[in-house]
Amino acid sequence: MLRIVFYVIARDLRLALRRPADVCSVLFFFILVASLFPLGVGPEAEILRRLAPGVIWVGALLATMLSLPRMFAEDFHDGALEQLALAPYPLGLTVLGKTLAHWLVSGLPLALIAPLLGLQFDLPPEALATLVFSVFIGTPALSSIGAIGAALTLGLRGGGVLLSLLVLPLYIPVLIFGTGAVDACVGGASPAAHLFLLAALTVGGLTFAPWAAAAALRIALE
Amino acid sequence: MLNILNLAGLRGDQRLFQGVGFTLVAGELLFLEGKNGAGKTTLLRMLCGLTPPDAGEIRWQGEEIRRLGGDFHAQLCYLGHQNAVKEDLTPLENLLASAHLAGEPLGEDAALAVLEQVGMAGREDLACRYLSQGQKRRAALARLARERRPLWILDEPFVALDTQAMAWLSGVIGAHLQRGGLVVMTTHQAVEISAAPARRLRLGA
Repeated sequence: MLRIVFYVIARDLRLALRRPADVCSVLFFFILVASLFPLGVGPEAEILRRLAPGVIWVGALLATMLSLPRMFAEDFHDGALEQLALAPYPLGLTVLGKTLAHWLVSGLPLALIAPLLGLQFDLPPEALATLVFSVFIGTPALSSIGAIGAALTLGLRGGGVLLSLLVLPLYIPVLIFGTGAVDACVGGASPAAHLFLLAALTVGGLTFAPWAAAAALRIALE
Repeated sequence: MLNILNLAGLRGDQRLFQGVGFTLVAGELLFLEGKNGAGKTTLLRMLCGLTPPDAGEIRWQGEEIRRLGGDFHAQLCYLGHQNAVKEDLTPLENLLASAHLAGEPLGEDAALAVLEQVGMAGREDLACRYLSQGQKRRAALARLARERRPLWILDEPFVALDTQAMAWLSGVIGAHLQRGGLVVMTTHQAVEISAAPARRLRLGA
């Protein structure tokens, strides 16, 4: 059964590698959004340090949003989604595979580039580590919640805007705990509580969201 | 055995077809006919379980297909309007991927042999987006060569094919019927498939 998850991940990664521009554009969007703030706000280190967690996390949210519509759209238009839905495996596992593949190409790079952006905001080293870790464990939740939105808006005209209206409110808990963890670290407290809650959101998202997205996909395919 | 009872299909509030019923047993071929917009594709998608029927029942070996779920999908090969060929992958990768997805992984040599049969030799390593419409269709049809699942549902499989490829496909379908397979298909071309007396069902007549 789990074979299908790995198979879908490998397939989507291969497709993503054939189109590196898609991955890069998301990453550069993230870098640009987060870099505009130090330029706009000015060089006072104290203000930047206060702003950093929120700005970087909002940037991560928006960058993830940007890549969501592509999650199922191409497979939907070329008929591959029908074949995935008709494969003798639960569609939820297929969606889980697609969610993880989406995270690998659009969530993981954000976590890897985040410390570089944190430097622009003069974050102390331990806060940088917390930032990377919080983005690392928080973005899978963004991908899994986003999968539901992407499946619900599949095939709709102007689905992109609707998708952001649907999904961004659901991202609020991830934003709160993600920035909370870094804030706590900057303030000298332990970020553990925030990180645990973030991990819980990710585990919950990866467990339940694929099945909801699969149900939405079946409706889109009717 | 595929059993269709009193099937009805709607599009919006327009009735496409109603009271459609037939039984297809092993080794039988059914041509679904009807003018454009008669609901042929809708009916085929219902048979796959993609679209729920508005009325009536579809049974495979006596069991409702909704209840069978994945067990039914393991018996079914559907080829839709769209090719389901990934443009960024080569025909070889596409064939290997669809075999893998069907749960019957194919070796690379076997896949190359199949591609040669469909006349794609020399094109195996070219991304599908550089292929012509007919070649893409061939790349999609290649998976039928090794397909051993009993029920084939084919939506306009002959579209965009040249006479050579049409002859190949007729042969593959004929061989499948001789093995005791079932085929439901739509086509606007006049095709001869030996091996089986074709039954015809006309929608919207």
